[in-house]
Amino acid sequence: MGLNLIVLVKQVPDTQNITGEAMKEDGTVNRAALPAIFNPDDLHALEAALEVKETIPGTKVNVLTMGPPSAVQVLKDSLYRGADFTALISDRKFAGADTLATSYALKCAIEKIGAYDLVFCGRQAIDGDTAQVGPQTAEKLGINQITNVSMIESIDPKKKEVVARRSIEGGFEIVKSGFPVLVTINDEEYIPRPPSVIRMMTYKNASVEGNGGTYDESYMNSAQVKRNQDVISLWDIATINADVESCGLSGSPTKVKKIESVILKSEDIKMIENTGDAIAQMVHELIADHTLG
Amino acid sequence: MENFFLDNEDILFQLEHMDLDRIISLREDDFKEAAEYPFAPVSIDDTKDSYNKVLSIIGELCGEYLAPRAVEIDEEGVALENGEVRYAKGTREVLDLFAKADLMGFSIPRKFGGLNFPSIILTIAAEIVSRADASFLNFGLQQDIGETLNKFGSESQKAEILPKLATGEYGSAMILTEPDAGSDLQAVNLKAHQDANGNWYLNGVKRFITNGNGDVGLVLARSEEDLSGARGLSFFLYKRDEHMKIRRLEHKLGIHGSPTCELQFNNAPATLVGERKRGLSKYTMWLMNSARLGIAAQAAGIAEAAYREARKYAQERIQFNHPIEEFPPIYEMLTEMKVAIEAGRALLYETARFVDLKEGLEEMKEKYPERAAEFKADLKKYSRLANLFTPMVKAYNTEMANKAAYDAIQIHGGTGYMHDFIVERLYRDARITNIYEGTTQLQIVAAIGGVTSGTAASIIDEYEQEDYSHVPELHETLRKAKFNFEKTLVGVKEVDKKDFATYHSRRLVEMATDVIQGYLLLRDAKYSGRKKKVAEVFMEKMDARIRANMSFILDEKGILIDNYKDIIG
Repeated sequence: MGLNLIVLVKQVPDTQNITGEAMKEDGTVNRAALPAIFNPDDLHALEAALEVKETIPGTKVNVLTMGPPSAVQVLKDSLYRGADFTALISDRKFAGADTLATSYALKCAIEKIGAYDLVFCGRQAIDGDTAQVGPQTAEKLGINQITNVSMIESIDPKKKEVVARRSIEGGFEIVKSGFPVLVTINDEEYIPRPPSVIRMMTYKNASVEGNGGTYDESYMNSAQVKRNQDVISLWDIATINADVESCGLSGSPTKVKKIESVILKSEDIKMIENTGDAIAQMVHELIADHTLG
Repeated sequence: MENFFLDNEDILFQLEHMDLDRIISLREDDFKEAAEYPFAPVSIDDTKDSYNKVLSIIGELCGEYLAPRAVEIDEEGVALENGEVRYAKGTREVLDLFAKADLMGFSIPRKFGGLNFPSIILTIAAEIVSRADASFLNFGLQQDIGETLNKFGSESQKAEILPKLATGEYGSAMILTEPDAGSDLQAVNLKAHQDANGNWYLNGVKRFITNGNGDVGLVLARSEEDLSGARGLSFFLYKRDEHMKIRRLEHKLGIHGSPTCELQFNNAPATLVGERKRGLSKYTMWLMNSARLGIAAQAAGIAEAAYREARKYAQERIQFNHPIEEFPPIYEMLTEMKVAIEAGRALLYETARFVDLKEGLEEMKEKYPERAAEFKADLKKYSRLANLFTPMVKAYNTEMANKAAYDAIQIHGGTGYMHDFIVERLYRDARITNIYEGTTQLQIVAAIGGVTSGTAASIIDEYEQEDYSHVPELHETLRKAKFNFEKTLVGVKEVDKKDFATYHSRRLVEMATDVIQGYLLLRDAKYSGRKKKVAEVFMEKMDARIRANMSFILDEKGILIDNYKDIIG
């Protein structure tokens, strides 16, 4: 019996290929200057899930993303690479979400899918770089989590167990967990597969369908793959039964006070003695001027 | 994200203005396969959209994965270990990505797991791949074997082999050359014999076999013991087994990532492809034409890479307080390179279009024999054009790529001679393109008939009928060049001197190429002011070349023919 896998992905501005001024004068992100791309770590997470699918027959890979309608592009890209089903979690009421509100919405969407075995996330997104959404989602779902995973070592569908290699400072640790479990994947081991051109031509015209709340399983019969089939669902706030107050701006305690463009440059240096006292003194100074803490 | 398709404005320009409608209509035959295959197109626009998106995926694979590995692939090369070929690590990685992207069956029909893409799109893809790493093209996007088998093989041969080529499970090789049969394939000596049950076996040696380690190969062999020359040769499908040994790999100047094998067949079982005795005259010629178009694309890719490296260096290198590209000798080289690349690309894509029209019409004729009369005239026309243009563009592009790589090193100066710079590899890689799949001299032999018999003149007349009112002066220059070319053709025929016509055949083919490219560039000038400037530069130099060639052919005596023996002894 195959597993039911969920991959959480995000469309992000490409911070590595900036085509103009990245920041507007008011300090907000100038999205027009930043092409939208598939968050790199999430491609590794999708690859991890697809490799599990290849080893365990009958496994399904569901990809979810929360974002504006344009984020459908990362769902299509997921389909091109091998995903079976995708859903765009999109609603004006989700706008302005911080990691808390985002993970709440994702939790509601995951619960809508029903029974699942593993949730894969990229370790972090290149826009916010918080690495919080994966762990927060696991907490809200009340399931185990293994973060910063470089490789899924093994999966036992009968025992419902996964063994993962987790990167830690100076090495790695091998962690075992029962299902369901959320793993966040880093970019150390997996090489994301390219889009299949056959799948691309199959799904390039797929339209986004709101399906009124039922989790459509018709996609699962791959022999019946049809053009424009319902492989991209649109889930709004009502579809995933989310509480409006916990979503978007109203559900987000994080408030951005100010964004500054910081240009790092070295100034003068200070040498200290290599003694416990001198180091302690320096740490205190760094805390005092808010460099640390 | 590096994307070698999306960053190439000239490819995008050509694709945007290219007439693909008839090619698509022929190839997709009323889009009948859309009902059966969810990825098959439903309309002409849908097809074009797919072509663009697939090229974009290839462009990214080449820009992001292949090009960054090209240096390592070149340095690591290939190795023969325990009788088996090992590709460079980078090659293996990118082959895996190409297979995962479902690109290996590019032009194979859908029913065998392929994409059913036409030559023109394959040609563009081949150019993009070769810009990243020319050596990779020889197996990474190798479609010639599959195409040939699809056209001439039996249903069972196709059903067995094509699906495995399409997934990339099988690699392939064209196995023609022998130690004593290079340019002269009529001398092929590898023996094919039948046992009492009618099974065929191969015995003998083949040399210089690109990717000879492939799982399947098409082998040219002598099946008729008592018949010498081409009539004794047949074509065989060979599946790799223990009866064939790879004796050695060649150490080559360039394309280090591509294995060149010497093969020993020891009673190796094979199956006949098509009819006996047609091995060279029909099947090999078809296969070679397909491969020649591929090499012309490979050369275009190398030239593009060389130009980009040279341009970048010329912008960055400061001497005498100026970037060196500000100096006339440098900007002349750069501009000439760019113009030659664009002229070559226009000819390349025009050739691929003719090939597609010819193949599409042939397929329709086979499918609908009752409509044969409807296709007859066009089929004849495009067969002739494909047969003329293929060797013409192979000759032009491969010589052009060598010149581009040569000048790219020249612009780099001493640094370009060093292994650390990419142009050094490009120079080595370019050098094979005007040799393999027939040297330039042989391309001239293949093209000269079409030049002198009127095929060239008729397509030039057809181009002349188009509207050039956007560039009246250039058009006038071109008409004069056309006139001079025609005058030279007539003049050559009037000279009664041994070897005279052969001696000048290369110049005649070059004149025809010049005039044809002139028309293609004028056509492009309709859509862009920049293309008009390209045409102006091309036309100025072309006009001078045509007059020089004409004067040398008609006003001089061809004294070299009389003197060569006394000079070289």
